[in-house]
Amino acid sequence: MPNEITVTVNGTRHTSSVEPRTLLVHYLRDELGLTGTHVGCDTSQCGACTVVVDGAAVKSCTVLAVQADGSEVTTIEGLAQDGELHPVQEGFWEEHGLQCGFCTPGIIMTLHQVLDEQPDPSEEEIRHSLAGNICRCTGYQNIVKAAQFAAQRMQE
Amino acid sequence: MIAGQVSKLIGSRVKRKEDPRLITGEGKYTDDVILPGMAYFAVLRSPYAHARINSIDTSAAADHPDVLGVMTGAEINDRCSEPFPLFAILPGMQYPERWPMAATKANYVGEPIAAVAASSRAAARDALDLIEVDYDPLPVVTDMETAGDADTPVIFEEMGTNLCYEASDQAGDPDRAFAEADGVVEARMEQPRLIPNPMEPRAAVAEYERSSGNATLWVTTQNPHIERMVAAKMLGMPENKLRVIAIDVGGGFGCKINTYSESIIAVVLAQEIGRPVKWAEDRTEHFVATSHGRGQAQYVQAAYKKDGTLLGMKLKIYADLGAYAQVISHVIPTLTPSLAPGVYSCRDIGWTTIGVFTNKIPYDAYRGAGRPEAAYIIERVMDLIADATGKDPVAVRRKNFIPKDSFPYETPTGMIYDSADYDAALDKALDIAGYDDLRAEQKAARKDGKLMGIGVTVTTEVCGFGPAAAMGGLGGFESATVRVDPMGKVTVLTGASPHGQGEETSFAQIVADDLGVPFEDVEIIHGDTSIVARGVGTFGSRTLVVGGTAILKANEQIKEKATRIATALLENKLEDTLDPQLVTLEDGLFSVQDMPDQYVTWADVGSEAYDGQLLPPEEQPGLEAVSFWEPPGLTFPFSAHIAVVEIDQDTGEVSLKRYVSVDDCGTVINPTLVEGQIHGGLAQGIGQALLEQAVWDDEGQLVSGSLMDYAMPFAQEFPMFELDRTVTPSPVNPLGAKGIGEMATISATPTVANAVIDALSHLGVTHVDIPMTAERIWRVLQTHGRRRRGGRS
Amino acid sequence: MIPQAFDYYAPTSVADALRLLRQHGDDAKLLAGGHSLLPIMKLRLSTPQCLIDLGRIAELRFIGEADDGSLAIGAMSTYHDIKNSALVQARVPALAEAAGEVGDVQVQNKGTIGGSLAHADPAGDFPALALALNFELVTATARSGRTIAIDRFFRDLLTTALRPNEILTEIHIPALPAGTGVSYQKLPNKASHYAVVGVAAAITVGDDGVCTEARIGVTGAGATAVRARNTERILKGKHIDAAVIRRAAKRAAANIEDLNDDLHASAEYREHLTTVFAARAIEEALSRAG
Repeated sequence: MPNEITVTVNGTRHTSSVEPRTLLVHYLRDELGLTGTHVGCDTSQCGACTVVVDGAAVKSCTVLAVQADGSEVTTIEGLAQDGELHPVQEGFWEEHGLQCGFCTPGIIMTLHQVLDEQPDPSEEEIRHSLAGNICRCTGYQNIVKAAQFAAQRMQE
Repeated sequence: MIAGQVSKLIGSRVKRKEDPRLITGEGKYTDDVILPGMAYFAVLRSPYAHARINSIDTSAAADHPDVLGVMTGAEINDRCSEPFPLFAILPGMQYPERWPMAATKANYVGEPIAAVAASSRAAARDALDLIEVDYDPLPVVTDMETAGDADTPVIFEEMGTNLCYEASDQAGDPDRAFAEADGVVEARMEQPRLIPNPMEPRAAVAEYERSSGNATLWVTTQNPHIERMVAAKMLGMPENKLRVIAIDVGGGFGCKINTYSESIIAVVLAQEIGRPVKWAEDRTEHFVATSHGRGQAQYVQAAYKKDGTLLGMKLKIYADLGAYAQVISHVIPTLTPSLAPGVYSCRDIGWTTIGVFTNKIPYDAYRGAGRPEAAYIIERVMDLIADATGKDPVAVRRKNFIPKDSFPYETPTGMIYDSADYDAALDKALDIAGYDDLRAEQKAARKDGKLMGIGVTVTTEVCGFGPAAAMGGLGGFESATVRVDPMGKVTVLTGASPHGQGEETSFAQIVADDLGVPFEDVEIIHGDTSIVARGVGTFGSRTLVVGGTAILKANEQIKEKATRIATALLENKLEDTLDPQLVTLEDGLFSVQDMPDQYVTWADVGSEAYDGQLLPPEEQPGLEAVSFWEPPGLTFPFSAHIAVVEIDQDTGEVSLKRYVSVDDCGTVINPTLVEGQIHGGLAQGIGQALLEQAVWDDEGQLVSGSLMDYAMPFAQEFPMFELDRTVTPSPVNPLGAKGIGEMATISATPTVANAVIDALSHLGVTHVDIPMTAERIWRVLQTHGRRRRGGRS
Repeated sequence: MIPQAFDYYAPTSVADALRLLRQHGDDAKLLAGGHSLLPIMKLRLSTPQCLIDLGRIAELRFIGEADDGSLAIGAMSTYHDIKNSALVQARVPALAEAAGEVGDVQVQNKGTIGGSLAHADPAGDFPALALALNFELVTATARSGRTIAIDRFFRDLLTTALRPNEILTEIHIPALPAGTGVSYQKLPNKASHYAVVGVAAAITVGDDGVCTEARIGVTGAGATAVRARNTERILKGKHIDAAVIRRAAKRAAANIEDLNDDLHASAEYREHLTTVFAARAIEEALSRAG
């Protein structure tokens, strides 16, 4: 029995009919064609699918699309404004915070919330805040630096 | 080439070209491909490690309203003209045929049994539950050390044994070395199987055009051209009818070298149902559907003199190949004895390598592939000798180093080390770490009853693969096409296919410097077999070394022709004839000697190359060059690493306090990218030392079968790594590069292992196996710690 | 990766949720934060025919004070809510702190206190805290409701005292007596970040330095979270010093039958960890009790 949902994604309202079991990540990718959000696991560990729903970073593989009905969703595609990279994106580019880039959108979206709530985190706090994201390429070192870069840029 | 030129970009920290698309969600990974009318398929996998398949009933699945096609293993295999090809067959090796799917017998948990295509991901998944398979479970072989025994059940009856090969050989006279020794240290060392887990699971999308018979396969691969070669062969298609595309690949670490069954299934299903199809691996599926790494049991004996000299070694190495050999997986264990001498002068070594089949998913390359297992042996041996002789591990290593004036150096196992200065790297690492202070700190910590350990290693590895003789049929070259267009912009097609290494950047740096064009004017194209003529691929830290050099070689041709065209242009401008020898290219300008203000640009040359009005009659239009370059020899990066750990006595938890990594990969094109490779490599090697292992039960079920159970390193596991480098250019390629993709992984595991064991050495501990989990260390403390502590109180 | 198909309801009141629950009976499962349920549904280890999502019931998401002065937390309050609540930080700082240690940022945004308790994962963090802090669980059924003492709540593996027709609506945390310190200490599973073993301690010390009340909750060690009653008995009535802690902590696993024995830790190691983290939790609770 499909359900009708209305979701605002990156500022655009979408009304769709979805099966209740449709995961938010599959809705974003397969229905809306927003393939910047990735699926890295099925047990909610890796965080590659992280998007921001009503201001909160969530793993979109562990949220049903129907649960997001009426919500505002921001994905990696919606982060840059008017062609200006978000400071977290800028940090990743400046500090070589990515290699294969697959985990990157999820980590950027996580840090988006983390830096919102904690504008000047310590290295330890940044590492702790990434407990829900796995990167297999970078050893995290430059991700930490990217977050530090972004924190500083956001304070300027 | 580069010599004598004023370098602008080579060696610079250039920001990556590929990042803007990847940080904004515009990357193009396989699962991102969406085609009109695309269907999805799912794969039914064997729940048994070993079972006869009596029958498969697909009727209920076929009746599902959204299902477009169901094919059993037999049906898929029937569509193939040959089984998976193997490369680099070893002398005396026995092996079973492997087809894309299990038709009559499943030989590991996860082996494909049937495939369903449906109009949605969900329907394809639902239909799997409707397929009924009647299995007869058979006895299961899981233990590599007994797999070859006479009383162990045989997996492949036609072979009559589970032994793939047993190869014994020796260099020098190990028996004499042991006879002359003051002592012998020995250990059994385990290399658990690891799950590669690139963050992008595998995926495949296939499209088939019935009218032409052309197929396109988007797939997560490190080597699209090898993928095409293998898939085309198996599908009975000419290679030029199959296009393989892999633009953005989300990490590989070796597990995306192999051509997997799903590529074949995808093409066959696309042919069968007449619609494009997509398959995307679930992470839990990855654990049983994508090859694993490592998986050795090593018996090591080492003979030494009282002064710390390593005289000789005897090795017996079991390798758990899993149910089948694939690509060159069977060769990987043979790299272990080949690299076992490490950076040391030891000349007398005997070894036996035993590759066996078990009822597990096949094993294959995983970052380092055979070399980490070697570095682990020799670097543990150095510490065992230090412990046995009461000497500092640093002193023992220095005592045994191959002297820096002996390169190129042929090892007793037949490797020719290109260049190195191990003392220099070690000096630097010791200096950064403050080694003497660390030892003083450790002494004080022990007085306070704390467990602190310092691990030191100096390692090398072999990479930069080619030439062809070293590749067993895969090819040892890399290709490059360099094209200058009428606007003077440069496009490079490379056969190396990156998956995170940043070649679009490092290759553009090389081209920009070499041709004198702006970095922004260079586009690097890769990962599409219909665009890139041919290639081998990205593995074995070969891309920069081989692929980078191929670009230089193509550039040479470009520069020659461009200079001829520039000469014609300048002659026209000056209304005079010129000796082409007098026309030179500098900073992107072609000018006449001693007349620096008389020049033409790349745009002038590019435009003329195609417009061609002034070209001499013997000159063909166009400005494009192709080069296939094959290296004359292998490269050997090296490193000196130091780790500092602390152990929680109550829980056994190990925490990594510091990590110093001094690496030498020859010429560095982009230090930022090199450091990135090292950071990531360290994380994987440290993960191997402390966390990661595939655990199986006796039934051949993978117990650590998801990310809930298999511990991948998170950010919290690591301190900030302290990096530095020495630069010893390789003489085997004009760049002087050695490759850096795997070095840090190879070094990190024994470095951390040595540190943990060092923390426990005063309790009488000489060896602990990896991964050094909290419980494992706690158990060691139960037997060793209590005794000592009890004795003191 | 894809759950079996199910029907989905998103009631906006507890009354509606109860009605749906009665209507669908055993076929239905309540969806709270979903971070335990959805993963097992994706692996098809759980295949409910109907999900009743409590996420849109505003009355279940609040943090305030109950009539009796206890801290009242709506069952659908997330870890993130709890971690950032000024009230929780003031009344039971250790709970706010522990909420920030559950899972990760994303899990804290979705995971709920009610979901955690009702799911009763043997390795969940909050069950240990619930026992130590003497949670009272307020439930509703179509007819009425009741309050369940936490000591009677966890029954068996993934099994609680909640009846099929009952919804956990709010959690009351009685005011801590003066001189109480609370601490939660765990060894996290390196893969899942669940507790291999976690111990929560709430220790009350009188003016004379004697322990008047001690509640110790242990998670991860057995099929359910349990109180370490032997440990509590040893602590109570004593002036707690290092020797008492050592003696008390040693008994922390004494009443846990069938210690978990799996890939992540043997029973023997879990028993040992229980004593280690009991000691650490008691020690820190004591230091906060002043």
